[in-house]
Amino acid sequence: MSDTPVQTSATVLTVRQVQDYHAMTLVAPAVAERFRPGQFLALAVGGAHSSRLLRRCLGVYEVKPDYGGTIEVVFEDTDPGTAWLAGLRSRDRLDLAGPLGRPFRLPRDPVHCLLVGGGAGGAALFALADTLRRRDCQVHFLLGGPTGRQVFGSRTAQRIGDSATVVTDDGSTGERGTVAEAMPRVIAATGADVVYACGPTTLLRSVTRVAGDHGLPSQVSVQEFLQQTAACGIGSCLTCMLPMYGDDGVTRMVRACADGPVLRGDRVRWGDVGTIPFDALGAPRALSVPDGGSA
Amino acid sequence: MSDRLATRLGPLELASPVLNAAGCGGTGREPAQFFELSRLGAFVTTSVMVRPRAGRPTPRVAESPSGLLTAMGLPGPGIEGFLERDLPWLAEQDVPVIVSIAGNSATEFAELARRLRGVPGVAGIEVNTACPNVEDRGRMFAWHPAASARVVRTVRELTAPGVPVLAKLAPDVTDITTVALACADAGADGLTLINTLDGMSVDTATLRPALSGVSGGLSGPAIRPVAVRCVYQVHAALPELPIVGVGGVASGLDALEFLLAGASAVGVGTALFHDPGAVPRIQRELDEALAARRIGRVADVVGLAHKPAGYVPSLVSPHVPAPAGPADRAEPSAAETKETTP
Repeated sequence: MSDTPVQTSATVLTVRQVQDYHAMTLVAPAVAERFRPGQFLALAVGGAHSSRLLRRCLGVYEVKPDYGGTIEVVFEDTDPGTAWLAGLRSRDRLDLAGPLGRPFRLPRDPVHCLLVGGGAGGAALFALADTLRRRDCQVHFLLGGPTGRQVFGSRTAQRIGDSATVVTDDGSTGERGTVAEAMPRVIAATGADVVYACGPTTLLRSVTRVAGDHGLPSQVSVQEFLQQTAACGIGSCLTCMLPMYGDDGVTRMVRACADGPVLRGDRVRWGDVGTIPFDALGAPRALSVPDGGSA
Repeated sequence: MSDRLATRLGPLELASPVLNAAGCGGTGREPAQFFELSRLGAFVTTSVMVRPRAGRPTPRVAESPSGLLTAMGLPGPGIEGFLERDLPWLAEQDVPVIVSIAGNSATEFAELARRLRGVPGVAGIEVNTACPNVEDRGRMFAWHPAASARVVRTVRELTAPGVPVLAKLAPDVTDITTVALACADAGADGLTLINTLDGMSVDTATLRPALSGVSGGLSGPAIRPVAVRCVYQVHAALPELPIVGVGGVASGLDALEFLLAGASAVGVGTALFHDPGAVPRIQRELDEALAARRIGRVADVVGLAHKPAGYVPSLVSPHVPAPAGPADRAEPSAAETKETTP
């Protein structure tokens, strides 16, 4: 086993619709045996002579290294590339690179973990839950979405989690409300020591804030931001940049793919995602310097 | 690597004509996860500037048919960070390193050339002329023959002899050969053709420009015919000047197309994002394509598309070392004259 990702031609085992999302199981033993929770796959879409050149970076729901080396991804059909993926059939092949990115850091001791998910991003928490449970950690789920159809894996969460709370904006599944509203209550009820989260940027922002208010460390996966902005997934292209504080307090633009997708929630400048903060290293200067200034 | 693939860029002898395009190989560490960098004829760095630079906000990329539209804003660690962290690693990789430099004024280019002079591990310098010139109201150097020539001359004068200076030119100019001639006059040892084409896309969901930088550079197979045309025109005007053909190279046959048009090497750009293993594959395909055409050396096909149909490749090219033999230094010019006047 090694840390380096591989590029391989994977065979599709199944593609199925799960609520508003698609779950695709791929046979890729070399990727499955290297995978650690939080990492992602970069899939080429459109076949060998595709005119669509961006890799689609998808989170991993489940990996079975010992069961034929399968790996299951969950995604939403949002553009022609993901539509192509959703239209694949059993025994089709596609090119994938993975596993990529930094995984979730795991606790050394058996602690109480709160796993917060939103939308398709919730899928990435289940591979993490497996690993945490093997380390005798307690796993509590808090899943949210606009409607019940957009909460991924609520039943699985109830089955494998020590507790599972579901909240939806319209109350169609679980309680009516938002993740941020439910979180303090769930933290109190479960005695959570650490918070893991994956989902939309707005969700991660509020999760980080609430976790911070309770003095809990948060590890968040910016998988969804990555999926929206990435081109290559391997760290070369520098398109998936977001602002983050370093150990020295200096803000740098970091790559969601190679420096993430799992980041320390309290280090990300959530309010400035999608911008270059004026105080970031190498930010454009407000006034041009007469000689040799940046334009 | 097969001997058939050996080529040269001025004084630089390369084991393979397949390079990466500037800005598409990261720091080198990222593509190295998928193939050994020594498989590249040379590694071309992401453009280095004087100061660290964050670049533009996201979104920086938009997909277009067979292409990518990107506006990165030349992000990078600056020359200090590059010399400290990136170059030492690259220098250990057993691959010639061509450092791409970018500046907003001739003074900045001069500073970069000065900092790189005599640094071990720098095999060549590529001058990215597609940078806004603050001394000229932010218009690109690449748009003006005189502005391009000025930075090339500056960099050439400050760079150690024996280290080739390549000028990377933009295609969206009235006449690229004029710019190429000006750069050659200014001492460029070679040219990299082409940079991205300026383009724009509007997001129909947000009803606003798709890129934060509004316009961006179009790359990928979509621009390959433009790149091949530029290489062909410039090679016709400057047959002695080595050219690195860049623009949508995604297969061995694409690479061969550039060589035939007059390039001595090719740069793989967008394909590296789409297919991280593109370089070894393109190299293998090119090798097979040459073998299938009974061509013994890359040099034999460089610029072959300019020759009349039925022309048989000679064993002669100004850009590639001739096979070892006692007479090969004397014969080339005679052979060449005979062939070009059929």
